[in-house]
Amino acid sequence: MKRVYVNEKWCLGCHLCEYNCAFANSGEPDMAKALRGKVIYPRIHVEEAGKICYAVSCRHCTDPLCVKSCISGALSIQNGTVKIDHDKCVGCLTCVLVCPYGAVAPGPDGAATKCELCLENACGSPACAAGCPNNAIVYEEREAAV
Amino acid sequence: MGINYFYPEFEVVRNDARCIRCKVCARQCANEVHAYDQDRDLMLSDESKCVNCQRCVSLCPTRALKIVKSDCRLRENANWDGDTIREVYKQAGSGGVLLSSMGNPKPYPVYWDKILINASQVTNPSIDPLREPMETRVFLGKKPQSLERDETGNLKCELTPQLELSMPVMFSAMSYGSISYNAHESLARASRELGIYYNTGEGGLHEDFYVYGPNTIVQVASGRFGVHRDYMEAGAAVEIKMGQGAKPGIGGHLPGTKVGADISRTRMIPEGSDAISPAPHHDIYSIEDLRQLVYSIKEATGHKKPVIVKVAAVHNIAAIASGIARSGADIIAIDGFRGGTGAAPTRIRDSVGIPIELALASVDQRLRDEGIRGNVSLVVGGSIRSSADVVKAIALGADACYIATAALLALGCHLCRTCQTGNCNWGIATQKPELVKRLNPEIGYKRLVNLMTAWNHEIKELMGGMGINSIEALRGNRLMLRGVGLTDAELRILGISHAGE
Repeated sequence: MKRVYVNEKWCLGCHLCEYNCAFANSGEPDMAKALRGKVIYPRIHVEEAGKICYAVSCRHCTDPLCVKSCISGALSIQNGTVKIDHDKCVGCLTCVLVCPYGAVAPGPDGAATKCELCLENACGSPACAAGCPNNAIVYEEREAAV
Repeated sequence: MGINYFYPEFEVVRNDARCIRCKVCARQCANEVHAYDQDRDLMLSDESKCVNCQRCVSLCPTRALKIVKSDCRLRENANWDGDTIREVYKQAGSGGVLLSSMGNPKPYPVYWDKILINASQVTNPSIDPLREPMETRVFLGKKPQSLERDETGNLKCELTPQLELSMPVMFSAMSYGSISYNAHESLARASRELGIYYNTGEGGLHEDFYVYGPNTIVQVASGRFGVHRDYMEAGAAVEIKMGQGAKPGIGGHLPGTKVGADISRTRMIPEGSDAISPAPHHDIYSIEDLRQLVYSIKEATGHKKPVIVKVAAVHNIAAIASGIARSGADIIAIDGFRGGTGAAPTRIRDSVGIPIELALASVDQRLRDEGIRGNVSLVVGGSIRSSADVVKAIALGADACYIATAALLALGCHLCRTCQTGNCNWGIATQKPELVKRLNPEIGYKRLVNLMTAWNHEIKELMGGMGINSIEALRGNRLMLRGVGLTDAELRILGISHAGE
């Protein structure tokens, strides 16, 4: 299964992935209209310390702790992709607590949000990878994470 | 100190209706032009620091930015233009020599643009390169003048060493130091994939790139940086750099701030020390001295590698080339006055040397007249900008072209001409790790391969149009060229007729 991978060596810390993610999931056709003056809730985050930076998003684990721990059945695996049903989420944020990568975060309405590989939105494939200026983020087939 | 005479050259124009405050401009500008003011939720810009490298423009996801030339100008004067006056202000303030980078930007004639290429019509057929074989392979090196047989009557087949190029273009010398590790890696990988060569420049060869040796030309310049046995043996050819088109007659200077651990090791000089290349080679004061170095290198490399001598195009280039052709060198590389540089004194870059088109034509003619054209191959550089320039250069008499500025453009260079600051936002002319990583060689080498592949297609199309199916048949074929708007003297030197003749 294709997943999003990040190569720290090439990550510039430009944060464009966060904005491309927020735009992709906004449903708006225009980026300025979608994001201008708004707080964004991207599903990928650039972690930075000094000159080291690295974008982090859901690994779509084969045996995900978030799905195991979800008390309402909102998180599930569909065709290998870990998905969240916002209507079922009760906002307990247990998934945020257990995710070892810090890839799940509370969204604007209190429900958890996470990367769904842009399979549910108009992009069809991850906007973070497509928009990464230095190919630090790639969407490709590799051996699965645990 | 006193009054600031300089109004910023550029303006940063931000379309606020489009700006989403993603701050990518602020994060990516190494010159710190952009900043975010949290209190007012505003992006600010200090355009006095802007060099117009367009990094922010290229990365802005909503195209909210553009950089324009400031229209705040000094009173118009055809003699004293704004740049000239600003340079006086600058020197009056600093007392120093003006420094510049990349090629001569002054409006001197570009002869390539005044030369037109022929095409076949009724009387001879053109060739479609998509349907018929078309040869762009070139061999560089001394060519045999006659057939020789041994005592048993068999042909002597041994040629002097040759460089084989899949197309008549190579990446010219740019040192590790003047450009980054990732830029070098991109050039090296592209050369290997394309079957051409790149050139180390005078900064030695990083140990990681010895694997690309078969596609590497190693340079020996006046500073002799990084020159040792393994280095000479690693390359496919050795180039002696006598001069550079951007700065004929002077040496080079890589400031100590750029000499980090890796460069120090590669150049074999102490970390942090200035790398100063003398203006002359201190062991070369004549053609005879040059011949000694050529043969020393040949001896040192077992006569297995061609030796290139690179010179800048200057006034008596034909006589100089004639001397080099007799020195034992296999290839002469001539660099025109529009050639690029990582740093050169502005006055020298902009006023010393001659156009490569004229230098090439006169050298080719001189070597033919003297019957020694076959002694050497001719490689020309110094602003070859397109495949059409390549075709014109070959028809004027070159065996191959050297390109560097075009290669850097492929890697993202926007010709802002501030390489000397070491703050290249595109990760090319810098040694700062956080900037160097902006050039991912995986992307860079593919763009170089794309560029050269495209040029090769175009070269074949242009040759096919002329009814020529081999680059060998185009070389020195000046009947395929015509001049437009050139004087009699220019046409005579170029050895071409005027359009319509």
